[in-house]
Amino acid sequence: MKVPYISKILATCLLLAVPCLSMAAWNINFQPGNTLLADDIQQLHLIVMIVCVVIFVGVFGFMFYAIFKHRKSVGHKASNFHENTTVEIIWTVIPFFILAGLAWPATETLLAMRDTSSPDMTIKATGYQWMWGYEYLDEGIQFYSALSTPQGQIDGTEPKTENYLLEVDNPVVVPVGKRIRVLTTASDVLHAWYVPALAVKQDAVPGFIRDTWFKAEETGVFRGQCAELCGKQHGFMPIVVHVVSQEDYDAWVAEQKQKISGKELGAPIKLVADSQ
Amino acid sequence: MEAAHAHDDGHDHVPSGLMRYVTTTNHKDIGSMYLWFSFAMFLVGGVMALTIRAELFQPGLQLVRPEFFNTMTTLHGLIMVFGAIMPAFVGFANWQIPMMIGAPDMAFPRMNNWSFWLLPPAASLLVLSLFVPGGGPGAGWTLYAPLTVQQGMGMDLTIFAIHILGMSSIMGSINIVTTILNMRAPGMTLMKMPLFVWTWLITAYLLIAVMPVLAGAVTMTLTDRHFGTNFFNAAGGGDPVMFQHIFWFFGHPEVYIIAIPAFGVVSQILPAFSRKPLFGYASMVYATASIAILSFLVWAHHMYTVGMPVEAQLYYMFATMLIAVPTGVKVFNWVATMWKGSMTFETPMLFAIGFLFLFTLGGFTGLVLAVVPVDVQLHDTYYVVAHFHYVMVAGALYAAFGGVYFWLPKWIGKMYDERLGKIHFWLSIIFFNIAFFPQHFLGLAGMPRRIPDYSLQFADFNMVSTIGAFGFGMAQIFFLYILLKAIRSGEPAPAKPWDGADTLEWTHLPSPAPYHSFEDPPQIR
Amino acid sequence: MSQDVKVTNRIMLRKLAVMSVLMFGFGYLLVPLYEKICDVTGINQIVKADEIGNTQVDDSRTIIVEFDSNSRGEHWYLKAIDSKKTVHPGELVEVIYELHNPSEKSVVGQAIPSYGPAYASQYIKKIDCFCFKQQEILAGQTQRLPVMFVIDSSVPDDVHTITLSFTMFEVEGAIVDEKES
Ligand SMILES: [Cu+2]
Repeated sequence: MKVPYISKILATCLLLAVPCLSMAAWNINFQPGNTLLADDIQQLHLIVMIVCVVIFVGVFGFMFYAIFKHRKSVGHKASNFHENTTVEIIWTVIPFFILAGLAWPATETLLAMRDTSSPDMTIKATGYQWMWGYEYLDEGIQFYSALSTPQGQIDGTEPKTENYLLEVDNPVVVPVGKRIRVLTTASDVLHAWYVPALAVKQDAVPGFIRDTWFKAEETGVFRGQCAELCGKQHGFMPIVVHVVSQEDYDAWVAEQKQKISGKELGAPIKLVADSQ
Repeated sequence: MEAAHAHDDGHDHVPSGLMRYVTTTNHKDIGSMYLWFSFAMFLVGGVMALTIRAELFQPGLQLVRPEFFNTMTTLHGLIMVFGAIMPAFVGFANWQIPMMIGAPDMAFPRMNNWSFWLLPPAASLLVLSLFVPGGGPGAGWTLYAPLTVQQGMGMDLTIFAIHILGMSSIMGSINIVTTILNMRAPGMTLMKMPLFVWTWLITAYLLIAVMPVLAGAVTMTLTDRHFGTNFFNAAGGGDPVMFQHIFWFFGHPEVYIIAIPAFGVVSQILPAFSRKPLFGYASMVYATASIAILSFLVWAHHMYTVGMPVEAQLYYMFATMLIAVPTGVKVFNWVATMWKGSMTFETPMLFAIGFLFLFTLGGFTGLVLAVVPVDVQLHDTYYVVAHFHYVMVAGALYAAFGGVYFWLPKWIGKMYDERLGKIHFWLSIIFFNIAFFPQHFLGLAGMPRRIPDYSLQFADFNMVSTIGAFGFGMAQIFFLYILLKAIRSGEPAPAKPWDGADTLEWTHLPSPAPYHSFEDPPQIR
Repeated sequence: MSQDVKVTNRIMLRKLAVMSVLMFGFGYLLVPLYEKICDVTGINQIVKADEIGNTQVDDSRTIIVEFDSNSRGEHWYLKAIDSKKTVHPGELVEVIYELHNPSEKSVVGQAIPSYGPAYASQYIKKIDCFCFKQQEILAGQTQRLPVMFVIDSSVPDDVHTITLSFTMFEVEGAIVDEKES
């Protein structure tokens, strides 16, 4: 009586789910990386996951075997053992080696990640409540980069477009294949500069600079968001990075310099949203 | 009976009415009050969680403004941690520790009363903060400076609330440590104590060590806000990152303050329903103690992206991975306890197994997050949210549910409805996974946490997650119904309804446990 | 409970209470402890001239030093005259920052130095710096602020670029001490 009823419900759920499943982009992994480091990280994550899944299946294989075979309802009588020194030592020591095996590639990737020593160029990203300011230290270019999604889309009075909440007025432009060092700092509270496809996430701390780097392998547009809670518009200060060819980059730099010529380089940064 | 201990200070009869609960020094009354209080807070925090999930049902801002959204995430975290889960386990401690070690009551009954009655004012302050000018606290439950310095009066109320909650926890912990160390029945040596008592002894020490540190951190925030100090202000020679160090010096042990008593509850339930003694009792004690000690040495793994030196990142990564060893030992011991047992699957056992399965899953995502390069991608994304909800909800909360079903017959002398209990379990576990499993995917794809609105690529899993969250919420209302039904019209419970239960409260006391138990200490073999 | 147990309970209560008070103090102790660690590792050093170890100029290597600045507050801006310099380890370097106050109000500020990468702070030895004391700038003026430093020759070989950054904070309600200036 009971079983067919439940299976009917399940079948209905599945039927309802199928059209949803087929329509949606059910992305269950990292965004595709655009740096060697991003690939390394995804590789590392995969290794850790495989180890976890194997152990998980092993341990809970035992548990579910016991649940089905060592139950009272199938007449299993309880044993009375409650310790076994050999087994206990084995399952304390083996995890050590597994963990050491994981720590090794993790350390390698980490050291590569933190090596900011020889960049080709430096950009400073300053977090403001609630937008990013960028400064190209070598070129003297500086600008703000704020969310460009219209308020109507957020409030639901206009239809949302493709890059909803991930679009800005002035994107960061960098050349492809160059080591770009990003200095982060903040003007008011903590922010974090996070672009998933470039495998970069670095907190921006008011009063101090931090550094990180990336080297984009291919041209394209890469989008990220502020990742550290920074007040009410925290969800509305995206990061957009245009990775372009060297020629396009040079042209962009020339154009930017044109824009600011006449103005003294490094005109006063006026805090748009000054903290109290 | 009455006359025999009429001289016994104050707790000589059962007073009636409201005053019974205001003035009570009886550990059972206080335990019940803790449990009901935590359930009420669980519902309040749950409503906040559902507000968050409702706003995240679809992209766009539909229901709340961003600043209110931030207040919801902040208060949801604070209320669930300090108002729901911690008091729930203190409730278990109050009920169970004296009965399990053969003591007549807690060591300091009057202080016990104070520790409880500090909670309602603290909780009121938290809720009240929503209604003061400037709104409630919106800096996240981690209260990172300098955002906290910007906030309105709600932040001050929050800080006071944390001070009071901390005071209550410290008093409660002193009481628990003293009770366990000084009030055991003759013959109850430390290594004969039920594991639940052991886990609480260790937890209470952790609390005494770290709650004052949290109090210090929020006090520094308070003086930075109002009295011109510059602990976290770079302009005055301070450093915002220092707040994070102090906070997580408290915060990481706090994770284990929540998890360790849950380990204790599960370690009572699994042997009882496997009809087989706990496997590796001694190694359980040592593993718990080493987890507690290690928890002081890994705090900065919550801060891999603040820009600490690479040497520090390496140290914290290795130390954090090391915690997997004693945690693994515990999991293996539990599975070995079930192995070759004679299991039955009443509701407490189901929740204990649910705990074991899902807590371990949360442990594995913890291992993923311990690996610095991977964490740099996942830090402050929904992956972290999923991870700690597997540990806190499927871990601690399921253990608490299991504990309630397990001991309810002893507490009220009546049985709950087994069929309804099982339905509660299955609803909880299915909806929990619908709510939180997709959040792993959201985090991997790069959705930051604490945002009220998100880009379109995250829409599908968020919708699924919200549906799961509402289902989970409804299941807990059903739990309340099960409890009330048991209290009103449950079948009378025998003294020992569970075959394999062998601790003192089952073997030496009737159900319900008398108001005064073990006035004369039992003899332990 | 017996009188004996009550006494031992009291003693235990006192011990545990003392322990929690000590831990509260420990929370505060973390502040100087953290600063001490930063001191030893050279992170976040502010108002002290560094001692110079090795003065041997290493001509075989060059390091690019970038000079960055952040201005907090609406009254001024800080900017290095040269945005970067190529220097040899061991060489004495002087850089001038310009602090400009276009507003109609004089301001007092304190600059906080910071380094990218953070560990570079161990190797940049500041001999003199405007960040060692508060700076007052009158309305409408521009002030030249010098920094003198040496990059220690022990700097690792793979370091090719270092950023020296100053954030200028307004000191509210401060009056510059005459003796100091
Ligand atoms: Cu931000």
